[in-house]
Formats: sequence, C-alpha cells, structure tokens
Amino acid sequence: MSNPILKLIAQRIALGLLLLLAVSVLIFAGTQILPGDVAQSILGQSATPQALANLREELGLNDPAIVRYFRWLGGVLTGDLGTALSSRQDIAASIGGRLWNTLFLAFWAAVVSVPLAIILGLLAVRYRNGWIDKTISGLALASTSLPEFFIGYLLVYFFAVKLQWFPGISTVYDGMPFLERMKAIALPATALTLVVLAHMMRMTRAAILNVMQSAYIETAELKGLSPFDIIRKHAFPNAIAPIINVVMLNLAFLIVGVVVIEVIFVYPGMGQYLVDHVAKRDVPVVQAVGLIFAAVYIGLNIVADIAAIVANPRLRHPK
Amino acid sequence: MAKAPANGSGPLLDIRNLRIEAKVYPPGEAPRTITLVHDVSLTLEKGKVLGLIGESGAGKSTIGLSSMAYGRGGVKITGGEILLNGRDIRKGGTQGIRALRGREVCYVAQSAAAAFNPAHRLMDQVVEASILHGVASRAEAEKRAVALFRKLSLPDPENIGQRFPHQVSGGQLQRVMTAMALCSEPDLIVFDEPTTALDVTTQIDVLAAIKEAIRDTGVAALYISHDLAVVAQVSDEIMVLRHGRLVEWGGTRQIIKEPRQEYTSALVSVHEIEHQEKEPGANPFLSVRNVTAAYGGGTIKVLKNVSVDILPGQTLAVVGESGSGKSTLARAITGLLPPEQGSITFAGRTLSNRLADRSRDDLRELQMIYQMADVAMNPRQTVGTIIGRPLEFYFGMGGKERDARVAELLDKIEMGRGFADRYPAELSGGQKQRVCIARALAAKPRLIICDEVTSALDPLVANGILKLLLGLQAEEGVAYLFITHDLATVKSIADSIAVMYRGEVVRYGPKSEVLKPPFDAYTDLLLSSVPKMEIGWLEKAIGGRRMASAGN
Repeated sequence: MSNPILKLIAQRIALGLLLLLAVSVLIFAGTQILPGDVAQSILGQSATPQALANLREELGLNDPAIVRYFRWLGGVLTGDLGTALSSRQDIAASIGGRLWNTLFLAFWAAVVSVPLAIILGLLAVRYRNGWIDKTISGLALASTSLPEFFIGYLLVYFFAVKLQWFPGISTVYDGMPFLERMKAIALPATALTLVVLAHMMRMTRAAILNVMQSAYIETAELKGLSPFDIIRKHAFPNAIAPIINVVMLNLAFLIVGVVVIEVIFVYPGMGQYLVDHVAKRDVPVVQAVGLIFAAVYIGLNIVADIAAIVANPRLRHPK
Repeated sequence: MAKAPANGSGPLLDIRNLRIEAKVYPPGEAPRTITLVHDVSLTLEKGKVLGLIGESGAGKSTIGLSSMAYGRGGVKITGGEILLNGRDIRKGGTQGIRALRGREVCYVAQSAAAAFNPAHRLMDQVVEASILHGVASRAEAEKRAVALFRKLSLPDPENIGQRFPHQVSGGQLQRVMTAMALCSEPDLIVFDEPTTALDVTTQIDVLAAIKEAIRDTGVAALYISHDLAVVAQVSDEIMVLRHGRLVEWGGTRQIIKEPRQEYTSALVSVHEIEHQEKEPGANPFLSVRNVTAAYGGGTIKVLKNVSVDILPGQTLAVVGESGSGKSTLARAITGLLPPEQGSITFAGRTLSNRLADRSRDDLRELQMIYQMADVAMNPRQTVGTIIGRPLEFYFGMGGKERDARVAELLDKIEMGRGFADRYPAELSGGQKQRVCIARALAAKPRLIICDEVTSALDPLVANGILKLLLGLQAEEGVAYLFITHDLATVKSIADSIAVMYRGEVVRYGPKSEVLKPPFDAYTDLLLSSVPKMEIGWLEKAIGGRRMASAGN
C-alpha cells in the first residue's frame, strides 16, 4: 500500500471520530432540553421538595451542563454508560446481551439480503427492460412499499399461525442451541431482508447500468464476451463503490432501524430496549443507546468510504 | 491465421449492398427510421489495408463495425451480406458472431484511454480474447503479448502489462490496444481513428508502429480516419464515403493524385488557404512580458518567462503539443490564472492580474472562443439569447435594437436570421462554432482568443470556419490569439507564430521567419510530424528526425 491511500484512510477515520464526538454533544444537549426533571421522574409527582433537592445533589444535577457532559463522556470512554433510572441497573450490563441479539439478527439478515440483492441486480441488468428485469424490480419495490410491520404480520399470519413452521414470537435466551436460535429469528430476519432488498437491488442495477455506457464495455463486447461475463468482469468492478455505499447504509439500517420489527416479534434487542426506556423517560438509557446507534452508523459509513477508496485503482496504484 | 477460408481464393471480407438503419427520436416528433449506410459494397483481400475516409456522419465507423456484426446504440444492419472468410456472418446467430469477435476480427478504438477498463491490469485485458477463444493458454498469450509490446516499441515491454490504464500515456495506450487486437492473431483488424486523439508528434510514432505491425503480421485492416494524409500512409486502397454513400474507391495513389470526384478533390486540397502575412508593425496593443504562471500554489510551473506581442488586426498563432502551456497562456492573459511574475499590458495600460480586479471594458475587449462549442453554450437558451447576452451586458441594448444587432451578427457569420430561434442542439458542429464566434464579436472586442477552435471539426467545416475568421478580421480589424496544435491551420491564418515547448517559447517571430530553415530541434520535429498527402511520407519523416517526441 502506498502513502496517499493510507493518508486518505487516516483522514476518514479521524473525521469519523470527530463526527462521533459532535454527535455525543448533540445527544447530550438534546436530552437536556427535553421537558421534565430527572429527579422528579424518579421520585414521582408526590415527592417532597427536600427529597428532590437531595436527589439532585446526589445525581450531580446541580453542576453546570458542561461539567455533566464531560463526566458522562468520561464514563462512556471508560465503559461506564451509567445507571438506568427506572430499574437502577447498570446500563452497560443490560445492553451487552441485547446488542449481541441485535447484531445476530442483523448479521443473518445481511448474509441473506446482500448477496441476493446484488445477484438480482446483476440479473436485472443482464435482462434489462425484459420481463425478468420488470418482475424483479416490481416485486422488490412492492416489498419495500409495504410498511415493515405489515410484512411482519403477514409473515406471522402465514408461517406462524397457518403453517406453524416458525414461532410467531422470537424468544431467545442465553445458552439457546444455535439451530433453535436460527428458527426463532427466521421470521424477523425474513421481514428485514424484504425491507432492505429493493433499495440495494435497485442501486446495484442503476450503478451497473451507468457503467454499461462506457467505451470499455463496447471493447469487451467486441472481444466476444458473453453478456453476463461483460457485466460480471467489466461492469461490476467499476460499479463497486456506489454499491458498497448503499450496502453499508442498509447494514446500518439493519442494526439501528429494527425497532418496529423487534417490537412485533418481541425480540429482546436494542430497539425494544430503546422503545421501553423512551416510554419511561429513562434519559441515561436513551443517551447510551443513541450513542451506540450513532457509532454503528458512522462506523459503517467509514467502512464504505474506505472500501470505495481501496476499490479505486487510481488511488491504489498511483502513477 | 484463423480458419482457412471456405473457398480457398475468395476475398477475406466481402460486403455486398450493405444497408444500415437507425431509429431516431427527434424531440417533439414521432420516432422515425433513418438510413445511415446506403447499399455500400466493398471487398478486402487477405493482408491488405483499405482506408475508409469521410467526414463525421459519412458512415465509416458504422461500416467498419458491421464487419463484426456490431451496431452502436440503436443501429441495425437491415440489408445486404457480410461475407467473412466466405461465410455470411449475419447467418451465424449470436453464438457465431461472438465466436468471430476478438478471434477473426478485432477492433482498435479511437480513444484507447476510454476503451480500456480502468479496473484491470493491461495484460489481463490484452490476453482476454485469446484465452476466451482458446487461441492460446494464458502463458502463451502473455508471451505473445510481450513480444507485441516490444514490436510496437513500448517502453519496458516485460512489465508494462502489469500497469493499470491510468498509469500509461495516451500514445502508449493506443499501441497497447493495437497489441491487444493482434494478440489473438485475427484475420482482420478494424482501426477506428486510432491516432486522431493524439498529438501530432505522438501520432507519427503510433502510425509507424501500427504500419509495421500490419506489415509483419500480414493481418488485413480497415483503417478509418477523417484525415486523408494519415490514411494515405497505411492503406493500399482508399474508399471515400459521404452521407453513407460511396463517393470513390481506388488505389491510394489514384485517390490522392488523380481524384475523379469533386468531393475527393475537396478533401485532398482541404488545407490550402492562401494567407498573405501582414507587415509586422511596431506598436503592439497587447504585450505579454516575462510571464511565469503555475498551478498548485506555485509547485507546477506551466509557463516560464513567456513574452509575446500581438499587433492590432493581426493573428498570433501559438503552437505546441498538449502540456506545452498554450492554453495556460490564454488563461493568464484573460486573468483566469493570475501570473506569479511578469505583466500584461493592453492598449497602453497594465491589466490587473486577477480577473476580479479588471474593469468591464477590459473584459469586453478580450473575448474567447473554445474548442468544444457545444459545451460553451447553454443548451436551454436560443441562439438569439446567446448572442444577445453580451449586447445586454456590455452595451445595455434591449428589445428591437438588440434583435436587429443579433440579426446583423448572424449575417456576418453567414447563417441567416432564421437561426435566432434555434437551440444549440439543433445546430451542426460548424454552426455551433459560428454562433460562438458571433457571441464573441457581439462584444466588439479588440482581441479574440481562439483555443483550438477547429480541432473538433471535420476538415472541410474547419476550413469554412478559418475562412470566416479571416474575413471577419479584414472587416472588423480584430486581432486573434490562435492556439492550435495543427500546423496546417497555422499556415492558413497566422501573421506571427510562437512555438511553445514545456512552458517556454522556443521560437517566435513573423510566420515567414519561423517557418524558414534552419529550425531548432523542436520546431523541426513539430513541422516534420504533420502528415503530408504523399505516399512514403511516414518513412521519410521518421528517418529524418533529430529528436524523439516528448509526449509519446
């Protein structure tokens, strides 16, 4: 690897960290301007003024905002996400298992949806404007247009209630055998796949079609290559950067955007945890989850940027 | 060579009554079918080279590609027979056509820079067709490719294949593409304007390499170009085409020495405009003094201590190959690239270096015309609006007064008033350039900078533009700074010449002196590289060279 590419990557990572810091400020500021008082919400409406004052003192709520921000940030950096107000439990400990569950679901949804989307995109280009292309695009668009909760309930109705192949409620617990676990997540993973498939497929198709206008595609045609080889060998490598970008956006969605699906299938992941605690006005949990989601989003976008840089032969092999 | 011809002695390629049509979708009208090639027939013997020549739209490329049963865009072969090695390739079906492409017939494109896939190494692309068609194993094909790189005088033939297209210069890429076409040992290669995009000094090297490769491998070729002098160097026979119809077909000597058709004669004599050099006067109105300019915050010096003068009503031609700093000189004069050192005086006053500091009158008196006329105009404005804009901006004209002046300017560029309501997309290349000239003239400038204004045009159209510019100079007394890489154009239009090489003026003076021997090495290279309409010029020119070309 040569110097310019390392420099570009270092720049992207540094920018990502800076962005994450800015997001942490926003999250902190956002939760501060929310109406209501943390001490009040812990003790309830009937608390005495003295008890409120004592609790504020204890929680450090009387300190200036900037001091509280750095205290919080310092805690985050050392792995201490604070204590949940509602349950008095350590947030990091409760998140650990749930984050793992969310990643497990997202991983299997991605394993199915990304290759499927790219292959369908390649097929759509190969048979562009024919009935195969139109069928693929039509079905993919239909599945995206349906709200995800509707897809979820459709799946539950057919596969859990009528056919009884899979459970309608995705209960998972520690020490669950792998196959049991896979069976439990089959329906939510399918629903997620249907949600993200169309976007990635359409972008793959558009990115490759854009490249298909290039003169080097004509060169490949005039060498006698078959249409699918032309797309695979000559068009796809040049369309990789926009495809990676849209894949990463969708992977981020699989992790941070699964709230509705997790609620429908009662899946013990981050999304459900977040929704529960938003309802309880549990500000430290909302902050912690918000920060983790932001980190995932920024992290995956950095990966997309780096992949796009590495995929460019002009940067990989400078003159 | 590939399979033996089915009928022993027949021609390699025999095209009979070829008819090619395309569906066009004019804006606001119903789609209709137009005929691009009207019943053209040709034959080509093994190992011979047939040159196809004509202006754009003549159907040269379309005919060339038909030998591979290929039509660009919506182009369809609708009639006639294409016999290759004795069999009609259109009856072979998709499989049959795919089997002959890259095997029996190969293609060399005009812009190798665009025709190579930027994502793959050159070697992988060069040997791809040979491996695909089972002509050779990868190891054999790579060995053959290296041998071809050496034959085509590419630098470092052993390792150049490991490079990516962006790491190799344009002239080298064109030769690698020729090697790619030769690698699968085809019977026929279609060369589609392979040297048109190159500098004149690079063109001659690539042309010589192609000619030698054709001779040594015994491959037959269709050589497509709009430049008759180039075609004459490599072809055994030449076919002149116009609007998709055959004009004349004969041996190379007959076509360039004794053309039978009027159109062919026009092509042969295209460069000859007589231009009497004007008296060099003593009072230049624009003086560039010791100008040094750089890009990238002073790191890349592109102009080094350049001094030139322009006399009222005269033409200074600036010549040199790409990267010599010609266009940068124009940018420095117009203030788009403020010089680091030196000064520019105009009509007795020193111009501000920066564009933003110049008065509106300074801007008005210096106008520019560009190479790409179509991108220099707003596609959503009518010709009338485009020409009227400087009238409004500089003179505050409006309404009838402006329209009258626009009509007058349209007359001056020999286009007629009816064009005022047209959009740029409805004009031909030459007409677009005329509109750009009218727009520059509308400002009543004292100097027009013409940056390669004829390079993108067909020779006969370019000739018309040059005659128009000369006529306007006589009428309006406007001076030109004429930037070009084409020395024939320089002879037709210049009063004085500045030859630029790597950011410096290496030769400067009145035309008659600059073009009179003895020459410095670079001017000699430049002059000797301009293709001449005579057989055997290429070998003579290569043999007589004193310095290697810089661009390569």
